[in-house]
Amino acid sequence: MDVVLNGQELVNVSGEPITPRGSALLVLGCPQVPVQTSIALYLINRLKKSGIVPVVAGNKSANTLLVIADPDRHYLGEVIDLDRAVGLISDKKRDFDRCFVFIHNDAGITYAATMGVISKAKVFALIYGEHYDDLVKQIDFPCTVIAAKAVHNPMPLKKAIDEVTPWAA
Amino acid sequence: MGCVESMNYEILMRNASFRECRDYIRQHFREFIDVQPGFKIFDIHLIGIPPIAIGLDADFIVFPYTKPCHGTFLLRIEDTAEATRLRTLKK
Repeated sequence: MDVVLNGQELVNVSGEPITPRGSALLVLGCPQVPVQTSIALYLINRLKKSGIVPVVAGNKSANTLLVIADPDRHYLGEVIDLDRAVGLISDKKRDFDRCFVFIHNDAGITYAATMGVISKAKVFALIYGEHYDDLVKQIDFPCTVIAAKAVHNPMPLKKAIDEVTPWAA
Repeated sequence: MGCVESMNYEILMRNASFRECRDYIRQHFREFIDVQPGFKIFDIHLIGIPPIAIGLDADFIVFPYTKPCHGTFLLRIEDTAEATRLRTLKK
């Protein structure tokens, strides 16, 4: 599929809007680990290139880091508050085809488990940080685990994501 | 997060793991109910690894509240109407 990014729209190489192939929710964790913002923008780009509409849900700090990094919204589309997203999905007012949960602490595991119950989306657990292996052991619910020891350098996690190609799933 | 944070709450545990909070409720409260993630209590949808235990002690409600940056807190809030509603669900 020939897709180029044009702000929030998905368009083909002729500039004509295309029908999205699906939707994805990116559930951001606490932004204290630097790789999160970088990987989120990378993933958004790959999803959009595959015709998948990404929506970001995070707390104020996590969302603002992305909004400030992409002021013209070349990559970023819809951004919503995390609590609001959980409420909308729980109330069956909204849902997604894929859900990527950024995990570097116990709270992240909790959000991933929650998404697995309230949403029909295929859940991908993106696990990173200094203690990523301990977190991987805590995953005992259905999801696809993508994990790497990545704190400041996003490359190990990027490679792990590329191996899974979740935009093609 | 809305009104829970403006309510008169007591923090029983902070920076705890979700499982520690669940174990605490089951060990310290004779009366508790298990609910699924997304269950609405006060104005919030609960986050958690299922099943989520909610403790009841007279008019007090004890439940886990997760924040992305701070982990899970175990909160204790007095609310007669909400405690009554939760007990109704047990039946």
